Amino acid sequence: MVWVNSILQGVLLGGLYALFAAGLSLIFGIMRLVNIAHGDLIVLAAFLGLVVTSSLDIHPLASLVVVVPAMALLGYLLQYLLLNRTMSDDILPPLLVTFGLSVILQNVMLETFSADPQKMNTGALDTASITVGALHIGVLPLLMFAVAIAVIAGLQWLFYHTAIGRAFRATSDNADIAQLMGLNKKHVFSLAMALSLAVVAIAGIFLGTKTSFDPSSGPARLIFGFEAVIIGGLGNLWGTLFGGIILGVAQGIGAQIHPGLQQLAGHLVFLILLAIRPNGLFPRVAH
Amino acid sequence: MLEVKALTSFYGDFQALFGIDLAVGENEVVSLIGSNGAGKTTSMRTITGLLHCDANMVLWKGQPIGHLRPDQIAKQGIAMVPEGRQLFPSLSVEENLRIGAQVNRPGFWNLVRVYELFPVLGERRNQASTTLSGGQQQMVAIGRALMANPEIILFDEISLGLAPIIINQIYEALPNIIDNGLSALIVEQDIARALKIAHRCYCLSEGKITLSGGTDVITQDDVSQAYFGV
Amino acid sequence: MLVTRNSRSSNAFIVFVGVTLLVLCTAPLWAGRADLRFLSEVFLYLGLAYLWNLLAGYAGLVSVGQQAYVGFGGYLLFALAINVGVTPLALLPVVGVAGVLIAIPVAALMFRLHGAYFAIGTWVVAEVFRLTAAQITSLGGGSGTSLPVSVVKSIASSRSGRESLSYWAALAILVFVIALVFWFLRSRSGLALTAIRDNELAAESLGISVWRTKFVVYILTAGLTSILGALIFLQKLRISPDAAFSVNDWTAFVIFIVVIGGIGTLEGPIIGTLLYFLLRETLADLGTAYLVILGATAIVIMLFAPKGIWGFIKERFGIELFPMTRRVVKKQSVQTQNTQTLKGENRD
Repeated sequence: MVWVNSILQGVLLGGLYALFAAGLSLIFGIMRLVNIAHGDLIVLAAFLGLVVTSSLDIHPLASLVVVVPAMALLGYLLQYLLLNRTMSDDILPPLLVTFGLSVILQNVMLETFSADPQKMNTGALDTASITVGALHIGVLPLLMFAVAIAVIAGLQWLFYHTAIGRAFRATSDNADIAQLMGLNKKHVFSLAMALSLAVVAIAGIFLGTKTSFDPSSGPARLIFGFEAVIIGGLGNLWGTLFGGIILGVAQGIGAQIHPGLQQLAGHLVFLILLAIRPNGLFPRVAH
Repeated sequence: MLEVKALTSFYGDFQALFGIDLAVGENEVVSLIGSNGAGKTTSMRTITGLLHCDANMVLWKGQPIGHLRPDQIAKQGIAMVPEGRQLFPSLSVEENLRIGAQVNRPGFWNLVRVYELFPVLGERRNQASTTLSGGQQQMVAIGRALMANPEIILFDEISLGLAPIIINQIYEALPNIIDNGLSALIVEQDIARALKIAHRCYCLSEGKITLSGGTDVITQDDVSQAYFGV
Repeated sequence: MLVTRNSRSSNAFIVFVGVTLLVLCTAPLWAGRADLRFLSEVFLYLGLAYLWNLLAGYAGLVSVGQQAYVGFGGYLLFALAINVGVTPLALLPVVGVAGVLIAIPVAALMFRLHGAYFAIGTWVVAEVFRLTAAQITSLGGGSGTSLPVSVVKSIASSRSGRESLSYWAALAILVFVIALVFWFLRSRSGLALTAIRDNELAAESLGISVWRTKFVVYILTAGLTSILGALIFLQKLRISPDAAFSVNDWTAFVIFIVVIGGIGTLEGPIIGTLLYFLLRETLADLGTAYLVILGATAIVIMLFAPKGIWGFIKERFGIELFPMTRRVVKKQSVQTQNTQTLKGENRD
């Protein structure tokens, strides 16, 4: 029963990893950009949630109303003012600029919020659980998982059923020709980053309610998100959910064997899957 | 209506265009002839804003547009059917057409009219654009440009890579399209066709205009001579 | 017609390098202990910078996981010195070979990822190394271990003798790294690398095996990075997983050095390293603000002078210190006259 429980917890944790991954997958799919500062932005969103929660004295989940638009705006400006200048066939500039950004963010957060671990208190939600037989399922992890599914379903709908989604896909296919259709590439890219950071905001708030975080927590979140993306298959949003679940379950089982093995187990499963399924479990079928 | 004045263009250190002058009037069809590497595609890409040039090198209705972004130029009513169709592979046929209307220009053309012009596209509206034949893809590319209700369409290598029978079909449809009050600038390697469809033509060789005039006076021999730059 | 790679500035540079090397070799005679330690650190960082530059700037393999090999080299040296009892300096070649060997499966796996995903993939590998090191209880687990006094004494009996030896080792390995990188880039494989960097498709069509060349560069770099790592922790005499596999210390700073100095140039890492230590020595008191400044500088350089300080100088003044570019030197010789006549004939 201990094992079933740790697998179940792993599945639910996979929802959080899918949230880390979705924003990463999104911008890679649209503009082939890999944002090394992605994890640090998740942590920034968590700190932002903390500030909003304590200054307005509201529930952490209510802070989403402020944090999501704030992060989206930050994403738009970040892309429009900084990252658009690095977009070319050369992968080095965006990589190194976001790497520099990552170092800056970590140290600015360290200066502002200190190195102390923080956590957001969700009150009764923290301990609320549903009992099914001998299993106790936390309401918060369950909510987190449901939100992950909703976010991915929402992104999927946006991509395939709206004009902006069509613009994203067209720009991803051929940015030059998309511009001839009256799409401003810089604006489309900036909207994509805004959307990515809106998802990052949700991921950050749930991270902050589930576990403690500090200014140096970012890189590990980036790596988890990245692993979920690769396991699931590049450019497949539902794939990232499965990737997240596999990663979460691997970590859960690893932790059950030995607490020191939690992260290592996740990384090893990722490396093994990379060896046997280099295109991920659910690669996007080329049309 | 569209004027190109002393247009120069560079790829790094390599100069592709050496002071091109050309003009397309209202309801006029103009063809641009030249061998590979003569600068035809470069001209098209510069007019549509994909390549940078000085503001005054391209004029639209007398206003400089050379400095504008491609999306701003598209919204002014200049559409292009690019070389090799270049449809969006992740979009369905209908989505490819709809995205052409992204510029928000009201006018004669809409989905219904495009499907009337090319009925086969209506039948395949929900298919992925990559599943179509080359000729059908060219129809989508033309339809996509029409959906913008442009005032001028630039056709880059309109018949390249298509079967002769398809080329005939496209050329049969062309007058119907242009009769709706459009201007056109057509890049075509087939000299006979280029002279037949257009009111005027320009010959481009090594980045320079070597011949221009009405198609009623220019003969195929004149073009050949200019073509080979003798 | 005479084709040469040397220019007046590069010839002067070779003389300068010779003199500098001589002065540096004698440093234990005239420099203080703190200065020796500082110089060693500069050498080791410069070595890391050269290797990362070869990897990212020439082979296009942007790794952010080189700390895997720094830590691996350090840990292997500690493990062997403690358990086998051989004097640490004699172990350096073993560490290098081990670094190459472990990099082979890593490369085979990581080369399935491309571009930025390769970068993060290498980071995952470094994390795996770190987490594994933390599980080795005989080496202190998560809190690390120190080099036993007996091992330290085996390097040299006196403290100053030890410090001189590790200084010379650092200098020697740096000279070896630079010479190797220089030689490699001038060799056939090196020219192939430049071809790959400029156009992978074209290089492939010329029959250059892109994969194999990149593979060789990756494992070679890994071996040398391991040796540098071994020396770094031999100087510190203490190792822990967090210090050994630090992404900031062994990759972020190295990237900043190369980017600021000029990525894809042989001169860049030198300029970058000098600037980095200058910044560090003057701004280190600022703490976190110093790192923010470093990150911001790298971003600004990447945006406005993507070839770094040296690239900017080279473009502006046409100076090249390492003789890399072949240039035609006009010389009134029989051959030149012949070519000219030939050209003349063609024109007629």
